[in-house]
Amino acid sequence: MLKIEQVSKVFYPGTVNEKRALDYVNLEVSDGDFVTVVGSNGSGKSTLFNLIGGTFPVTGGKILLNGTDVTGKPEYKRAFTIGRIFQDPTVGTAAAMSIEDNMITAYKKGMKGLKISLNHVKREMFKNELKQLSMGLEERLKDNVGLLSGGQRQALTLLMTVLSRPKLLLLDEHTAALDPRNAQIVMDLTTQFIKKYQLSALMVTHNMQHAIQYGNRLIMMDEGNIILDLKEEEKKNLTVPKLVEMFKSIKNKEYSSDEDLLS
Amino acid sequence: MIEGIFVDGLIFSIMVLGVLITYRILDFPDLTTDGSFATGAAVATISIVNGLGLFPAILLATLAGAAAGIVTATIHNHLKVPGLLAGILTMTMLYSVNIRILGGRANVPLLRIETLYSRMPEQFSFLSEPWALLVGTLIIVIIVKLILDLFFRTDLGISIGALGSNEQMIVSMGINPRVLKVIGIAVSNGLIALSGGLLAQYQGFADANLGVGMVVQGLAAIMIGEFLFNTNKIFLISLRVIFGAIIYKGLMFFGRYYGYYINLTPSDLKLLTGILVIVSLVIAKTRNAASSADARKKAIKKNLALREHEEKKEIEHA
Repeated sequence: MLKIEQVSKVFYPGTVNEKRALDYVNLEVSDGDFVTVVGSNGSGKSTLFNLIGGTFPVTGGKILLNGTDVTGKPEYKRAFTIGRIFQDPTVGTAAAMSIEDNMITAYKKGMKGLKISLNHVKREMFKNELKQLSMGLEERLKDNVGLLSGGQRQALTLLMTVLSRPKLLLLDEHTAALDPRNAQIVMDLTTQFIKKYQLSALMVTHNMQHAIQYGNRLIMMDEGNIILDLKEEEKKNLTVPKLVEMFKSIKNKEYSSDEDLLS
Repeated sequence: MIEGIFVDGLIFSIMVLGVLITYRILDFPDLTTDGSFATGAAVATISIVNGLGLFPAILLATLAGAAAGIVTATIHNHLKVPGLLAGILTMTMLYSVNIRILGGRANVPLLRIETLYSRMPEQFSFLSEPWALLVGTLIIVIIVKLILDLFFRTDLGISIGALGSNEQMIVSMGINPRVLKVIGIAVSNGLIALSGGLLAQYQGFADANLGVGMVVQGLAAIMIGEFLFNTNKIFLISLRVIFGAIIYKGLMFFGRYYGYYINLTPSDLKLLTGILVIVSLVIAKTRNAASSADARKKAIKKNLALREHEEKKEIEHA
């Protein structure tokens, strides 16, 4: 599905502000994998997502999607296989347009033509899709998206993202800006859609409980490296204290080896 | 006389529809307008003077405007300059181009030559001349409006609207936003040039300075229109733009006609137009703030009601 080979990213190279955000990272995600990504601020999670999504180019290394090299491809071309949801619920939808207009834009990826696709058949279909959210949005097709709450907008974004059936979902803390109730609703919908459409997914979260509870694999990032990669069985037996303990022991090992070097 | 205001306003409204596309739909403040309006007038006039026929003249004028729009969009896309600067560049260059088109002169008359507006009284011979001009212009405006409405209901048109509202969303949908910008700005300037081409035929001459101040006038007309009614439907948005354009021309007419009572000269009208835009902006801002405060109050009320309801349920449960 997704293969990342020796990918690194350096910001402001050659200046005093030079920052190595990713340090020769390797990662392979198989079809149907649901990977949760944890790590402190500045550990490189968002950079990793931006490189996979194509927001900015890599400094070195290769990114393969479904076996094809997409390293040099612009973001809008990668969007055919990748569906991405951001933390900010306003990023995924057009506020000044109605729900149905938003959905028809999301219905099919790629450049649009001079066809009028939005007819009663599509409206019926969108209504049925919206019913899955159980937020009553199916009665508000003609309302502007700007009138919806943050939770409703993020749920709509999620629905619109899977409408075109991408292969890979990139979820960048997509429930972090919502209140706990809406966060739970959006999270439940996320798992439901991933199962239903057999998507692969990468999900960044700061919620350790979520990181353990969801998905079949967990990776932890620190200072631009993947320091922990737990699969299936290992992940099943994981608890929050255990995870924190693992993080501490890895960090301590690094510190102690540093001390060894210095002494 | 009143028919004259309407004809003037209707021709102007096509230009305002163009400004609407860039300012309101694409959210791209495009200053190419001031140049492409005169380009449309120049191309139409020269085509007619050289006997190309009325329909080809109007078509060429529209295409010339679209080409100017493509230049602006390309400068913006490939050199990563802000839209405002790209527009100013094209507008400045167009001044020279327009004088070239007009054969090195700043002003070319259309006298004793058949134009669209000399044809209209013949076509509608059952009407008096001013009314014939009004009906003819109205038909053109209705056709343009309906085509535009239809365009913004197509998948392409909707995605152009989405681009103006949220560029990241367009990228996420696998669309190259640059291409959409080129299309949108080209359509906008095509309409603006079409309006210029019609105006040259109506007033009987093309002038290299015809477009000066057009953007601000267009904005004023859009904002007047927005005071009329609230909507998110393109059919009504374009309709209110046309109303706004006519009202604006009416206001300016009365300013010119009765302004001397308060010592107003025609050269003051640009100042008044600017003030009109500023006042509209202030009113729109306070209105917006008021409506969002209102929405917040409603949401709080709703939440409180919901909580009370849940608490009641819990008590009943217990």
